[in-house]
Amino acid sequence: MSRDSTTPPEGYDVSRETMLDFKVDQQLLEVVETDARNFILTTVDEVFNWARLSSIWPVTFGLACCAIEMMATSATRYDIDRFGAGAFRATPRQADLMIVSGTVTAKMAKRLKLIYDQMPEPKWVIAMGSCAIGGGPYFKYGYHVVKGVDFMVPVDVYVPGCPPRPEVLLEGLMRLQDKIRGRKGRFVAPKWVQDYAKKIPYRK
Amino acid sequence: MAIEATNGKKGWGDQDQVPGIKSELLELNMGPQHPATHGVLRLLLHTDGEIVYKVTPVLGYLHRCAEKIAEGVDYKQWVVYTDRFDYLAPMTCNHTYVTAVEKLGGIEVPARAEHLRIATAELSRVASHLIALATFGLDMGAWTPLLYCFREREEILNLLERISGGRMLYNYMVPGGVRYDLPRDNWVADVLEFVTMMEKKKLPDYNTLLTYNKIFIERTSDVGIITREDAFAYGCTGPVLRGSGVKWDCRRDDPYSLYHKFDFEIPVGMGEMGTVGDCWDRYIVRVREIEQSCRLIRQALEQLPEGPYQSIELKKPVRVPAGAAFTRTETAKGELGHYIVADGGQKPFRNKVRSCSMCNLQVLEKIGVGLMVSDLVATVGSLDIVLGEIDR
Repeated sequence: MSRDSTTPPEGYDVSRETMLDFKVDQQLLEVVETDARNFILTTVDEVFNWARLSSIWPVTFGLACCAIEMMATSATRYDIDRFGAGAFRATPRQADLMIVSGTVTAKMAKRLKLIYDQMPEPKWVIAMGSCAIGGGPYFKYGYHVVKGVDFMVPVDVYVPGCPPRPEVLLEGLMRLQDKIRGRKGRFVAPKWVQDYAKKIPYRK
Repeated sequence: MAIEATNGKKGWGDQDQVPGIKSELLELNMGPQHPATHGVLRLLLHTDGEIVYKVTPVLGYLHRCAEKIAEGVDYKQWVVYTDRFDYLAPMTCNHTYVTAVEKLGGIEVPARAEHLRIATAELSRVASHLIALATFGLDMGAWTPLLYCFREREEILNLLERISGGRMLYNYMVPGGVRYDLPRDNWVADVLEFVTMMEKKKLPDYNTLLTYNKIFIERTSDVGIITREDAFAYGCTGPVLRGSGVKWDCRRDDPYSLYHKFDFEIPVGMGEMGTVGDCWDRYIVRVREIEQSCRLIRQALEQLPEGPYQSIELKKPVRVPAGAAFTRTETAKGELGHYIVADGGQKPFRNKVRSCSMCNLQVLEKIGVGLMVSDLVATVGSLDIVLGEIDR
């Protein structure tokens, strides 16, 4: 059974507000729309953003298995330096990007938040691997595993995989650069997915 | 050169280390976010100036509940979680677990599967030792060996991906055999070519770059000495034990799989650059183990027999009778043990793991005393711990 990807699946009612018991962040939407209208400021912003996306410095924050793939991404064959993100900083105070690479446990969660808070603005987060996205293989019985790093810090790009291949991390980095640039990625989701995504608030 | 510990005689906060300069006892946290602690290890240090008086490892930052999960999933499904113990050499961890299940259930393994297991496990061991070399050099401030070691590691990962389908975590071994047979292309020839290159060309490269580098020797010889008695007392295994001059290897002394058929040597630390059991000895044991692993891979693949590669069908769940079994195998970090208690059902009643990195780390409490902080980093690097296995 094939169906057009732009139409909602059968039985799915977009307008059914009762399904969603949370509110849309109207304030955030207003800020985005005002920025889009302001021409001069956005031109200056573009220059700043170009500088920011060309030299993203990640913090050395390896948690588990994915950290080895993060090392492999920065090493010989994949060489993350080509994208200007090769200067791994040992201190969060010099870093722009936190790649949460691995399982976040309950004991580590507080330290992770502390490290995120120490990073100067503007800052971005990549959730690398299925553990950081949502618990991964430890979802069901993992009593000590935090089910997703977005419970603590806002995540910009999710990179799936267990662990993700270095190519996927590079792809995630490029999508983050797109995001900093202020453009959408090449892939545009269908409208019903966008409508649904707008209604998902940032989990605090 | 190691500085003698004085805390036993004078107590902490010894004021007269340098005459005329007063120093205070400082409590210092190293980790859990630290580039030289190999993961999320936290070391609680008590230092007086640069001298460390007390080291306390604080664990649990990567406790992923693997043993509890074992009680909820069946025997085959838990192979996935053994991958994530020692994520630098996952094949060796798979090997421990599947031998335990096979011992418990009396499952026979075809000879072809055993050969494939040995070949892949030894490839995995080489990859793990390459990371150990790379990060040890990185801890010493040498960035270049990392690039060289990762170059070879990528080739190993490519080979293992071709046979198992996974790049880093494989889930390749199952109770009763291996998941896939050889790929249809010339995998064996490629592995043999890689092994030859490794022995002839790459290892001399590392030796020139790092092993016999004068700065490296100065940093690592006579530092963090683990004596033979300490190694026994703390239950050290693997390259840490062999670095202290003890000729013990599970593959030879308590043979499992088909290791008794193959010819290989056990390198031990001999104190070539200083004292027996220093950081350089543990390092050189790993370099020489790579050679021996290459020998094992060559023998296992050249004598590869024809025949089936699984003794039970993949789709059927494994059933074992009630009872208990313990096996230990030599992983890249030391002796990993699995103790399984079964109640006759599809899932184990209890699954206990004896972690080798955990025991190897505990010795730091003794040898870390009296070291400089920079030497402590060298010592932690030479122990080659992996946190996924310590906290499980």
